[in-house]
Parts: sequence; C-alpha cells; structure tokens
Amino acid sequence: MSYRAILICLAVLVLALFTASLLIGPSGISPLQGLGALFSGEGAPGLVMRELRLPRALLGVGVGAALGLSGAAMQGFLRNPLAEPGLIGTSAGAALGAVIAIQTGLYAVFALALPLAALAGAGVAVALILTLAGREGRALVLILAGIAVSALAGAATALVLNLAPSPYAAAEIVFWMMGSLADRSMTHVLLATPFLILGAMILLKTGPGLDALSLGEDAASAMGISLKRLRLQIVFGTALMVGAATAVAGAVGFVGLVVPHLLRKAVGSRPSRLLPASALGGAAMLLTADIATRVIAPERDLKLGVLTAIVGAPFFLAMIRKMGRET
Amino acid sequence: MLSLQNLTALRGQCPVVDDITASIEPGEFIGLIGPNGAGKTTLMRAALGLIAHRGESSLAQLDAMARARAAAWLPQAREIAWGLSVAELVALGRLPHGRDQLGAGAHAVDAALTRMGLENYRERAATQLSGGEQARVLIARALAQQSPLILADEPIAGLDPAAQIDTMEVFSAHARAGGAVLCSLHDLGLAARHCSRVWVMDRGRLVADGAPADVLSEALLAEVFHIRAHFQTTAQGPVFQPLSTLDR
Repeated sequence: MSYRAILICLAVLVLALFTASLLIGPSGISPLQGLGALFSGEGAPGLVMRELRLPRALLGVGVGAALGLSGAAMQGFLRNPLAEPGLIGTSAGAALGAVIAIQTGLYAVFALALPLAALAGAGVAVALILTLAGREGRALVLILAGIAVSALAGAATALVLNLAPSPYAAAEIVFWMMGSLADRSMTHVLLATPFLILGAMILLKTGPGLDALSLGEDAASAMGISLKRLRLQIVFGTALMVGAATAVAGAVGFVGLVVPHLLRKAVGSRPSRLLPASALGGAAMLLTADIATRVIAPERDLKLGVLTAIVGAPFFLAMIRKMGRET
Repeated sequence: MLSLQNLTALRGQCPVVDDITASIEPGEFIGLIGPNGAGKTTLMRAALGLIAHRGESSLAQLDAMARARAAAWLPQAREIAWGLSVAELVALGRLPHGRDQLGAGAHAVDAALTRMGLENYRERAATQLSGGEQARVLIARALAQQSPLILADEPIAGLDPAAQIDTMEVFSAHARAGGAVLCSLHDLGLAARHCSRVWVMDRGRLVADGAPADVLSEALLAEVFHIRAHFQTTAQGPVFQPLSTLDR
C-alpha cells in the first residue's frame, strides 16, 4: 500500500471511530437522535452530545494524536524503538502539577486549576531538562536528564500522596493519575487545543532531520541538519503536546510507544513518514480504548490509562519477541 | 575546494589537530595517513566545522546547507537506523538540495546506485545487508549528494580486497571528473597506488604532504609509523608492502 493510501485509510478510521465515540454512551440516545441533537443542541440529548460526548471525542483525537506523534518523533530522534514521549519527563512533571492542584484543593475552587497546574508542571520539567542537558548535549544526555527529572517528579508526586489530608484526596489523586477522558468539558478542549496544534506544527517539521539522523549524528549534521535546533524542536514539540495531553487526560501510557511500532513497517521505516501516520494511528488507538472503557464496563468507570496499559503491555511484549526472532 | 589555515582542534588543553595549513584542489584524491590517534578523524571533523576549532577552514565558514552541497562526509561508524530501503537511504543524500526527488534528484540517486552496483538492492532493507554491502550503500549516499568534495573516514576498513579496490576506484573517478576526495586509510599500499597525493599526520601535525612516491620514504616510515617497508615502482604501478616493525 502506498504511503498516501495508508494515511487516507488511517484518516477514515479516525473519522469512523470519532463518530462511534459520539454515538456510544450510557444515556441511551439512538445514533440518529444523537446526531440530530448534536447539530440542533436541543433538550437533554443536545446537552449530552454537546457538553459531554463531543469534548470527549475531540480530546480522544487530540490526546491520541499527541501521544502517537510525539512517540514517533522521540523514537526517531533517539533512534531507539523503546523511546516514548514520557521519556523527557514532561508527563511526570505535568502529573506532579495536577496532583498538587488536587492536593491543595485548588481545582475544587477553580475548575481549570488542574490542567493549568499540569501545564506549569510540564513547563518546569522542560526547563529543568534543558538546563541539565546543556546546550550541546547529545541524545544520551537528554535521556539521562529525562530519567532524572521523571524520577524527581515521581518522588514528589509520591510525597504529595503520602501527605494527602484524607483517604478521599489520596483516592482522587490515584484515580486522576490513571488517566481518563470522562466528564471533560469544551473548556478542556479549548485549553489544550492551542498547545496541541503548536506542538504538532513543530514536530511535523522535524521529518527531514529525523530521516537524516538514521545515518547517525555526525552524518546528519554534515548533511546540513542542525542537531541543536532539532533537539529543541523535539523537546518543545513533545513537551507542548504531552504536557497538554496529560493536563486534560491524566497519564495514558503505551500509546506513544506502541503506535509507532505498529506503523513503522507500513511506512517503509522512514521516520518522517511515521510522524503523520503515528498521529492518526494514536488518535485511532485512543478513541478505540476510550470507547472500550464505555463498552466493557459502563457502570464501573474503567480508567483509560489502565486499559491502554493492560492491552498495550502484552502487545508490546509480543512485539519485542518478534523483534528478537528477526535479529 | 578546501583550504585550511592554521587549523587547530583541542581536546581539553591538548591539541589533537595542531596548526595545520593545507589545501585541496579539484582533481585531487588525497590519502590521509598516520598512526592511530594521529588526529585524522579530528582533522576532517574540524575541517567540516562539526567540532570546535581555531584557525580557518573554508568549509566550516559556509552555512550548514551550503556546506552539505560543497562536501559530503562519510563517518567511520557505519550507522544505519531503522529498516530504510536502500533506495530511500541513498536518497537521503539529496536532503541538502531541497525537494527535487523527481527530477535531478532521482537521477543522481539512480546514478549513485548504478555506480556502486546496487541496482538490484533498491527495495532491500539496508539493515538486512552485510557489512560490506552497507558500506557500499553509504558511499552511494555520499555520491548522491553530488558534492564536489568527499571526506571519508576509513571507508575501506573491514572490506574485502575487491571492495577495497573498488572503493578506491570510485573515489579516483570522482576526482578525475573534477571533484576531490580526502580519505583517511591505514593501507599504505592502496594509498600509494590510488591517491594522487598523501597527507601524513603524526601527533596532530601534518608532517608530510606530496606524491606518495616522494612522501613514503624510509626515514618517514621509520619516524612516523615505526616500520620498514618495501616500496617499488613496477610495470604494474607502485607496490608497497610493510615488512617489519622497528624498535621504538
């Protein structure tokens, strides 16, 4: 299948899943009624469609695309199939910000306090990474700095949990960290969108640089690629996308790791082509997972991050086994 | 093609490349020889502006894209990540020329594949090839870049004799066509036969620069390489064979 055909198929898949996500839910609105209500916005069905399901489906697309795209960019940049978007510490930073907002009760006073605090956390993590990894730093230094910042943010998150004022606050924090798209509003969508779009624009431009990097850092820079600039693009693009995604959806693992793997062969292993394909693939996977949480256990509020991890981890194991047999 | 003025590169306080002034003209195929640690790789990387240096290199003064159109660089480490197809990998050499994948670009890629005998490998994943085949693919990438100057760091290391000779002939042809090549290597015999000129480096300094027959004297071999060798110009061209090491 040609590259263009693959992108078209993925886009159609995302559109179908987006529609399915709009039409599936516990309130028992029929598909036709639902679509009508979405456009008219009238009555209770209109409210459900416009205020609950539409933001949920939109965030599914945005968050999934963010994870897929930044996963592909990170793997291409580090030339390592085990890299994932959380590697540079932004998701851990965002989680810490969000947890602090829950702990202090700020989010109860002001609904957007949580995503804003998460974005601030991601920003602090990026600043730390760039300070630690220095201006010249090569990929390895970046990875180590990311691990250090993630560990620090993880420890601080554990401390906040440890000092939680009540079991309820602790449970709240734990549940938030499992990741979910339930009960998000259009405000969340509006808050995340600019960050997601800016991050996507930055990451989609890194294609030629990532292609050149397949030949190593030295060969790439001799081919006219500025590694310094590429590194900043990757760090900022990933931080914007993953920071915003984590701020509105919590921690959702494995999508950024698995999606690029699934699509790599299909796009001829070319890092630049993997970027848009993984963005679409990530959106499709996240929408599927989010629909599954509603279908599998509608009454139990199954968390999105739990589902992606439960499905993603064994899947990843199978892929590693396959890779081991090939080499 | 390349002119170096008092080029110096430091590692810490120690000069790894020490005050080198030299130049390369079109049509030259220069063999860069010297013992391990003499600074050959560092010289080439500094000349390209890939590492911090003092002094001047005409290449390092260009902006990154213009430099990539002026000089192609073949690092010693043959890195190929992901399973890119041979044709796509070679096409990476067109990056400095912007988006011309259909016209001149495709033509350059085809010519490079043909020159390196890779026509039948186009769709193969480069990572699945043998080491020698990968080396040919990477040279094809440098040829597809169509830069007048090629800098190659030990491109024949680890290749079989036929592939070594073939690589040297590809570079000779590139020089004869009006380009130039600076190629580091340890095989003094191949350098003597194929290179129009050799640069000898020892402890960061350029200690000799000239035609192989003039440079590879008994005294220089003893001083720089600590070896004794047999070197004769025969009916079949120059023949150079190291014989034994000397006591240091």
